[in-house]
Parts: sequence; structure tokens; C-alpha cells
Amino acid sequence: MTTTPDTANSPRGVGGRSLTARAALWRHTRTFVPVLPFLAYVALGLGVPTYIIANLAFRTRDGHLTMHNLSVITSGGQYLLGFETSIKLAFVTALIPGVVGTLIAYAIAQSEHESFKRVIAAAAGVFANFGGVNLAFMFVAALGPAGIASGWLAHLHLNPWSHGWSLYKFSGVAVVYMYFQVPLMVLVITPALNGLRPQWREAAANLGASKWQFWRYVGLPVLMPPVLGSMFLLFGSGFSAYATTEALTGGTIALTPIQIGSILQGNVISGQENVGYALGLGMIVILLVSVIAYALLQRRTSRWLRP
Amino acid sequence: MTQIDTLNALAVEPASAPAVRRLRRRRLRVGRGVVLLLAGAYFLVPLYAALDFALRDIQGRFSLSPLTQITAQPGFGAAVGLSFKLSVVTLALELIIMVPTVIYVHLRLPRFRRVMEVITILPIVIPPIVLILGVLAAARPYQWLSASPYLLALVYVVLAMPFVYRSLDSGLGALDLRTLVEAARSLGSGWISTMWRVLIPNLRSALLSASVLTLALVFGEFTMAQLDLWTTVPVWIYNSSSNNPHVVTAVAMIFLVAMWVVLTLIVSLDRTHRRTKDTP
Repeated sequence: MTTTPDTANSPRGVGGRSLTARAALWRHTRTFVPVLPFLAYVALGLGVPTYIIANLAFRTRDGHLTMHNLSVITSGGQYLLGFETSIKLAFVTALIPGVVGTLIAYAIAQSEHESFKRVIAAAAGVFANFGGVNLAFMFVAALGPAGIASGWLAHLHLNPWSHGWSLYKFSGVAVVYMYFQVPLMVLVITPALNGLRPQWREAAANLGASKWQFWRYVGLPVLMPPVLGSMFLLFGSGFSAYATTEALTGGTIALTPIQIGSILQGNVISGQENVGYALGLGMIVILLVSVIAYALLQRRTSRWLRP
Repeated sequence: MTQIDTLNALAVEPASAPAVRRLRRRRLRVGRGVVLLLAGAYFLVPLYAALDFALRDIQGRFSLSPLTQITAQPGFGAAVGLSFKLSVVTLALELIIMVPTVIYVHLRLPRFRRVMEVITILPIVIPPIVLILGVLAAARPYQWLSASPYLLALVYVVLAMPFVYRSLDSGLGALDLRTLVEAARSLGSGWISTMWRVLIPNLRSALLSASVLTLALVFGEFTMAQLDLWTTVPVWIYNSSSNNPHVVTAVAMIFLVAMWVVLTLIVSLDRTHRRTKDTP
């Protein structure tokens, strides 16, 4: 910004111009020096590992270029199944918690009790960060074969275990994921719901709109981008979860994160040592797409969210 | 509560057709109640189940013995020690890198905030399970690095960046940074003493919440620790769950409650923070 007037006022001579330009460039660069340690750390801690994954995904164990790792995945078999199951799980645990979370956030946003809102906001913050081993244990205690809630449901002749449901299979893992997905949705969608101004409802009512018409023509169109965007974020969160499933199933379910973990623990067929990197690269690509979708929809939202 | 509500409603609503409005309001409240009740059950029953399970002995009777046996469990002390050491190193590095950078960006390089925001979203794109894959491959040639538990701390710094950036960013946004710095500088303070004696005291609550979030992250992180073969607290919980499930669940619940208390504290701190921002 400050460099533009300097260059504009510089003498026309070739030497003078390049000198000023160089000085301006230096001045420009100098302002970035203090952020270099941060950038260097991110490059080392995030950039180098990512580069190595992308590189090794196309290498044999001896370092030769190959497409073998990718073709092992795309030709079917357990790794392709892993991606399919992971995407399905992420989709289900983005869609249902997306809708449920929006309803809960709406119910909270409509409440007039400030302290109630605050308690729920704090609870959502805690639960959204609450994945992993502890969560898995809680659900085993509640909905495991000998869990307390399973017992209650059995009294009502509704024990899910006797109807073919298992906490350690797809549907069980999905139920557990929702425990952190729903609060995450509440957290990310609340700002958009708070931005839904009461004036719009009044304006619609003044123009003779019914409640249904308000939602059909104002409320839903306005809320669609943020809700969809947040669902993409949930998709990413469900897609990359490892700790919860690992602790719950002991790694018996075919999800891509679990397969990467299993390869890292040394369970790998000879000749497929680098397939793990290809799996990792695949995950990065899918997550990148969902985060970009989230960011684009979020930007659309921020246009009218601004106070 | 309900009475006050109805009174408020009466006071605000115009006199025309108050009965219809009241009815609609009540219907809304019922719908909201059902949604929140179901959600509450889903979130509280597992908690209750785990608490109940944690307070039973092996015969299944109520007992406080799981709590008293925690410290006697093999490996527990070592796991807490390791998690503690990792959290101290992570926190120190995190603050040394992030605090000066975020202050500088706010003060001199506001254009760079966009870049910072993108960078803090990157750990979501590259989740722990993928990152550890690359980190282990990157560190393999360097024995001193790959054999050290502090490799984990180095990576946790990256994982914590989004949380730390966000709380520092909002903390700095609440300050009149330029005035503070100019006042300090014109009174003859150097950059370092401006940081130490003016900015850091003003950022106390942001720094506290950043620190606490980092600690919670390090004490809760399972994926990377397990795959780098270090027995931190979550890995210990996972490994010893078959030995004594009641005691292990008790430990898990204690860490959960601790996190809960701490995060609630942060939220309330954040509130007082915002209030001080609003007053001038």
C-alpha cells in the first residue's frame, strides 16, 4: 500500500527507477520478516509432511515413480471399500446432525433466557471437542451389550442389540459420531440464526405472508448457504475422525482413517508399503474439497451476516 | 419464570388478538421443549451411564474404590507425567511463536490476517491421522527427532494453532492496540517492554484461554500419540481399559469433568472480556 506513491513519484530515469523499486521492494519485504518464524514453522510442521505424503504416494518402496499405490486403491478391494464407507459415514453424520443441530440452535436462539443460552453455548463448546477414547467408553457404558441404556430399552422390549444393531458397526459408530457432530453444528450455525432478523419476519407479515410463506421465500433461502456450508464442515469432521472409532471398535471397521492407522502400525502387505500415503493423499483431496465448499458458502453468508 | 415470560409477552404484544399470539407462543414453546428434551436425553444418558459405571466395583456394587485405585494403576503416573511434559513444551513453543506474530499482524500487517486465517484452517484439511503419517515419514531419517517424545509436542503446536490464533485474534480485536503501543512507545518504552508490560497484561484472558485450550488438546490427543507409540493419558486409558474398566472409566470421567470446568471458565472469561470491550 505504502509503496505505490513512492514508485509513482520516482524519477523517470531507468537507474533511478530500479533503485527506488528495489528500495520499495525491500521495504515491502521487510514488513514480512517478523512473520517468517511463524511461516517457517507452518512450512516445516504442515507443509513438509504434506509434501512427503504427496510424494511418497507416487513412489515404490525403493523410490521409483509409480502409479501402483493409487491403482491398488482404485481397483477395488478393501481400500476402495474403506473410502466408500468413510464417505457414507461422513455423509450420514453430516446430514442428520446438520438438520438436528439447526433445529436445536433455532430452539435456543428463540429462547429469551440469556443464562439458558449461555449454558447451552458452553455445553456445545465442550461436547463438540469431545471425541476420542472417553466418548467411546461412555457409549460402551450406555449402549454397549451390557450398557445401562440398553437395559432400559430392553425393559421396553426395544433392546437394539436384539434387533441386529451393534455399537461396533456402521450404525453404532454413526450414533456415537453424532455426539460431537450435533454440538459442532449448533456452534457453527448459531451466528447465522442470530443474523435472521426479526424485522424480516415483520416485513413479510406486513406484506401478508403466512408463516409458511415466510419460511419458504425468506427464511430457508437465507439459511440454506450457511446450513449447507456447515454440513460440509461436519462432513470433514466425520470423515477424518480416527480416535473415536479406533477406541470403539478396536480398528475392526473398514474406514480410511482406521486403515491408515493400521498400515502405520505395520499391518501391510509386502509391495504395498506406500499405499498408506496414497490413502492419506486421497483424504486430503476430499477434505480440501469440503473445506473449500464450506468457505465459499460461508463467504456468501457473511455478506448479509455483517451487522 | 413462565409467569414473568407471559407478563413480558403481554407487555410487549399489542393489545389486539393477544390470545392468539399467546397460543402460538405456547405451541412454539412446546415444540422447542420436545426438541431440547430429546437432545438432552441423548447427551446426558451416556454421561450418566459412564458415571454410574465408574462408581462400581468388580461385583457391580456401588463403590468409590475405582477412584481410590486410580493412582495405584500401573503406568498411570508415567502417562500423566509424559502428557504434562508434552503440554508444557507445546504451550511454551506455541506462545513464543503465536503471540508476537499475531500482535505484529494486528499492528502492522492487517492484510496478512487473511493468510493467517487460511493457515489456521489447514489443520482441518490435514487431520491428525494424515499429518502423523507425513510427520513420521519426515522424521524417520533423523534418529534424534523420531525417537523423542517431543516430536509430538512439535506437531501439537501446529494442531493448536487454530484455537490459539482465534482466541488471540479476538483478544487483540477488543484492544485499542495502536493507541496502547503508541502511548507506551512515546513514554520511552522499547518493543520488548511494550510487549511484556503493556500488551501481555492486557491480553491476560485471551492468553489464558489459548493456554487452556492447548492443554486440553495435548491431554486429550490420542491419534498421534498412539501411532507414534507414546503412552500419554488417552493412550494409557485405551490400553488399560481391559484390565480394570471401572477404574479406567473413572479416569476418563475425571478428565472430562476437568475439561468441562475449564472450558466453562473460558466462556465466562470471554464474556467479561466482551463486556469490558463494550463499556467504552
